[in-house]
Amino acid sequence: MSVVDIRDLNVTFATDGGDVRAVDGVSLSVDAGEVLAIVGESGSGKSVTAKTILRLLPETATSSGAVVLTGKDVLSLSPADLRRTRGEDVAMVFQEPSTALNPVYTVGWQIAEGLRAHGRMSRREARTKAIDILRTVGIPDPERRVDYYPHQFSGGQKQRVVIAMALVLRPSLIVADEPTTALDVTVQAEILDLLRSLRDDFGTAIVLITHNMGVVADLADRVAVMYQGKLVEQADARTLFAAPQHEYTKRLLAAVPKLGEGPARAAARAAERTGEREDVVVARNLVIEYPGRLGRKGFRAVDDVSFSIARGEVLGLVGESGSGKTTIGRAIAGLTRVTGGSLSVLGTELLGARYRDLAPLRPEIGFVFQDPATSFNPLLTIADNVAEPLVVHSRAESAQDARARVDELLEAVQLPRHFGDRFPHELSGGQRQRASLARAIALSPTLLIADEPTSALDVSVQARVLELFAELQRDLGFAALFISHDLAVVDLLADRIAVLYAGRLVEEGTGAEVLGAPKHDYTKRLLASLPVPDPVAQAERRLELARLGGRSTS
Amino acid sequence: MTTTTDAPAAAPTKKPRSAGGGLGRYILVRFLLIFPTIFILVTMVFLLMRTIGDPITAALGGRLPPDQLRERIAEAGYDRPVLVQYFEYLGDILRGDFGTALTDNRPVTEILTTFGAATVELAFYALLVAFLVGIPLGMLAAYLRDRWPDAVLRVFAILCYATPVFFAGLLLKLVFSVALGWLPVAGRAGTRTELRLQNVDDPTGIYLIDAIRLGNASVIGDVLSHAVLPALALGLLTAGVFLRLVRTNMIGTLSMDYVDAARSRGVPESRLVRKHAYRPALIPIVTVIGLQIAMLLGGAVLTETTFEWEGLGFQLARYLGARDFVAVQGIVALLAVIVALTNFVVDIIAALIDPRVRF
Amino acid sequence: MAARRPVLSRLPVVHQLRQSVGLQRGMLVTGVVIIGMFLLVALLAPLLAPYGFAQLRDEDGAFGAQQPPSSEHLLGTTVGGYDVLSRVIWGTRTALLVIVVAVAMSLFVGVILGVVSGYLGGWLDRILVVVADAVYAFPSLLLAIVVAIVISGGQSSVFGGVLAAAISITVVFIPQYFRVIRAETVRIKSEAFVEAARVIGASTPRILFKHVLRNATRTLPLLFTLNASEAILTLAGLGFLGFGIEPTSGAEWGFDLNRAIGDVTSGIWWTSVFPGLAIVLVVLGMTLVGESLNDLADPRLRARRRADNTPPPAGDPVSVVPGGANSPTTSLQDELPNPGEVRA
Repeated sequence: MSVVDIRDLNVTFATDGGDVRAVDGVSLSVDAGEVLAIVGESGSGKSVTAKTILRLLPETATSSGAVVLTGKDVLSLSPADLRRTRGEDVAMVFQEPSTALNPVYTVGWQIAEGLRAHGRMSRREARTKAIDILRTVGIPDPERRVDYYPHQFSGGQKQRVVIAMALVLRPSLIVADEPTTALDVTVQAEILDLLRSLRDDFGTAIVLITHNMGVVADLADRVAVMYQGKLVEQADARTLFAAPQHEYTKRLLAAVPKLGEGPARAAARAAERTGEREDVVVARNLVIEYPGRLGRKGFRAVDDVSFSIARGEVLGLVGESGSGKTTIGRAIAGLTRVTGGSLSVLGTELLGARYRDLAPLRPEIGFVFQDPATSFNPLLTIADNVAEPLVVHSRAESAQDARARVDELLEAVQLPRHFGDRFPHELSGGQRQRASLARAIALSPTLLIADEPTSALDVSVQARVLELFAELQRDLGFAALFISHDLAVVDLLADRIAVLYAGRLVEEGTGAEVLGAPKHDYTKRLLASLPVPDPVAQAERRLELARLGGRSTS
Repeated sequence: MTTTTDAPAAAPTKKPRSAGGGLGRYILVRFLLIFPTIFILVTMVFLLMRTIGDPITAALGGRLPPDQLRERIAEAGYDRPVLVQYFEYLGDILRGDFGTALTDNRPVTEILTTFGAATVELAFYALLVAFLVGIPLGMLAAYLRDRWPDAVLRVFAILCYATPVFFAGLLLKLVFSVALGWLPVAGRAGTRTELRLQNVDDPTGIYLIDAIRLGNASVIGDVLSHAVLPALALGLLTAGVFLRLVRTNMIGTLSMDYVDAARSRGVPESRLVRKHAYRPALIPIVTVIGLQIAMLLGGAVLTETTFEWEGLGFQLARYLGARDFVAVQGIVALLAVIVALTNFVVDIIAALIDPRVRF
Repeated sequence: MAARRPVLSRLPVVHQLRQSVGLQRGMLVTGVVIIGMFLLVALLAPLLAPYGFAQLRDEDGAFGAQQPPSSEHLLGTTVGGYDVLSRVIWGTRTALLVIVVAVAMSLFVGVILGVVSGYLGGWLDRILVVVADAVYAFPSLLLAIVVAIVISGGQSSVFGGVLAAAISITVVFIPQYFRVIRAETVRIKSEAFVEAARVIGASTPRILFKHVLRNATRTLPLLFTLNASEAILTLAGLGFLGFGIEPTSGAEWGFDLNRAIGDVTSGIWWTSVFPGLAIVLVVLGMTLVGESLNDLADPRLRARRRADNTPPPAGDPVSVVPGGANSPTTSLQDELPNPGEVRA
């Protein structure tokens, strides 16, 4: 029996650029106790489809078709009936747990509010129920924590609270919109476990919205693929991964980086590299502390870290949020002060160095930033932005003067020349990130630092940018520090991999060593937590993770 | 003065830090910040006033023969180096001595105790009007944004703060006092009421309280009828600012995920507005209201002058007219202290509302 | 896509006019029209005003005091015997002059201080912030009074009045510009494109002027309009307290209102209503424009079109201020086969 039945759904948004059809003739149904994953890239309409199930669309949207939920068409319910349906028949889990909880009320208050909105219940009763549900979703010590405010929980716990709120009225369907995207990979594994137990223990149907094929392989029973507002393919999860039918699905699956492809490439490159190893970056017992405010103790972001990068070598730096990986990259580029130990870049010691001392280093270092939306001056054209290093280092009189070289650079990153005349906001994320690469290599640097350059991009776009990066690295031979939270991405590019955990370097070695035979517990857990885009292999990995005892408190 | 204090980035820079450190530390740091604030304002006022020479020449120059003038200047110590005078002035202020008016020889602190109550009373009425009008209407406008009631309310808000408070006062007088004859033209109370209020033991100076203690309905009525127009003139100006402030902040919070999340749990719309959008929006609102209270003092000068409401502002305007700059400097410095203290209290309240600071 | 936007549409206000819809456009247009009329009247005051601002008599003799509106004096005469209409019209000149001088001065000082202080940081920044905060929290009218006393010595000279008012307003506004521009600078400073410039090795002045300043000043049209309206109100407040411009040296609405307090009690309405309305109208126009710019610059506050309408005329891409960094953008997706798709 289907819990929800979406029939010929169309959703149109009004924008300044005219009407945009976000969802175009989508029909779907979800059975009780089933997890349906809707996958697609940004703008594919997957989120809109999910929100329509609760009729949570902004006023700019108009919809047609039907969403039949336990016998009622949600799209034509009266406001009072709609309110009753929300929470009782269907609930939602949001992407960003820190914004889905109201910061000024305790979590107990917020859970009780949902309960009391659906029928008479005393405060005491509601509180007891709230404590129960918090225990169910794995919040330790719920009797005390029920009176905590959201900011007193960690990210993973907040998402558990959000799930508790969705679950408390035992709806037959939960819509989870990218429920793990904002979380670290080890926490993600725990949340996915929790969602799985909802299905298994309570028979709750789940609509899972995600762009991550690993998550799909881990949790979904059935998969619907959306592309530009249309449903292009729908199949049982194992079938879809084994034999994708639609051209787009095939391309999407092919673009997902997979673990284990790296070592072969790295070995081939190591063979090409001959002669003496010459280090361009050497860190010895590196310490970086951020000063505290008003006499408060400072925060130690990087603690006693040693590593080196040789000429022409790509070092992959992996870690979760707060591990200090970005700080190390910024320190090498002179954006963050080194506070202890030693960091030598191209022979210059950065401990105690001033902005001026770094001047000779500048042309030798390129940097690619994480967020392509903000890494260009919005008031200058792409060509002017890319010409900036050339002008600053007097390789050209002016941006116009540098245009020939800029065109070459744009060509090198596979952007059409006329894109140079555009403004940054007129380019897509992937295009901007390529332009960012063009700027970074403008002076043919010896060292390139890439700080999560693809984490803001869709998976197929990411694949193209990574490919381009590998190509440029091969042709230009720069050494690189490639920072990422994604083991698979690092594996693809790096000669050696360093794993950071809470500011400390826990493991370092070649891809084969770190990924093939991890020594440190954290690396093992990190590796086992990473869902692979293959339901069969993922089921095995899950067992492996359980064996490792990966279920720690998040 | 009318100000749109909620212009972008207008929130004070000394925001409470989130989590860690705790409330006690925040209160201490915020408290210590009062002193440089007062110091800066007092210094600025002192130095500015001294650049035009000594206040005795300014007040009495031309009216006294030069040698008498010199004598009085020497007597008051205005012939000494400015730096000496400055440190003496700082010392006086530390002891709570804000100077003595030249024209009537009253100490500034006595002016405060005599007339402060009237200003507090007016500010209280005005804030009452501003809260009662501004906040509910702001919530309504935010909820009905871009529909016609929102349009009407926004134009109303803009008109409220586009109208100088003294012009609003004159218009209200023209309509309600002169044309309709419903309300008195000026003053805090009628002559008979004033006389009866003088009989109150240990008067607070806040007429409404004194009148209630007197227990005479006609006196209470007279006091209230005098307060209506000044309260409206000053209150509506502030209400316009509040309305806009509440609307802007609530549009922000209404679009937050947690409102959608509560909606997805089946929480009624009215509750979304009252609970989920209003409370978080209140934190920035309270901070700006703190600044607004300071601005209210500026507005009080104009309102009191318009309605001959004998408070601090009225006295300030009177001393200005008499060119008694010692009194002016003293009152302005005193107001600086009051403003600094008010802002401190409001910032603490804002911090108390925010659980991220409290815990 | 990729069509170059004409220069005209990238100018402030013009750009927003094309971008706005419905009620928001109505407010913006109304504001622009009022400001336009204000400028026109100020410019053409000698032609429009029937008499001079300090004129007490013509060939037929003295005007007489407190004369009700008549064919000779359309809006009547004041207690001092001046023609109300003429003084209202000439008052636009005083107001405009004060706005221009005051806003230009505070803009110049406040912006430079804000950018430098925000970008360099350190102890200078801390001191400036404490000073600006202290001054900002103080009732601006009181401060303006003190400054006005200093500049004019309490007396209103011919030119001193305008300058005194303008400078006192300037002193009050510098902290406001400073705070806004500094906050913007601090935000922009940590944006990736400024860090990119630092990694490249650009000199500090180059970063300040090429990358920070231009981006930090995108909110200026908005600030300008909001402060212009405050300037008028402060000027009127000063005039009302007797620190304005003497009637013989210029027409000033606040001063005229001060003289009209007594008239009101005796039911003489025309001496106060017209100068008051003039103030309200000009402030209204400025505020309407300022608020509209503010709303349009904030994606959360922008009026939203509804979908069921016919498609709106093809306008600009969505960016709020030309080349806005943090605005929602339409973009091409070259990576996917169907280019030109607009993101919802």
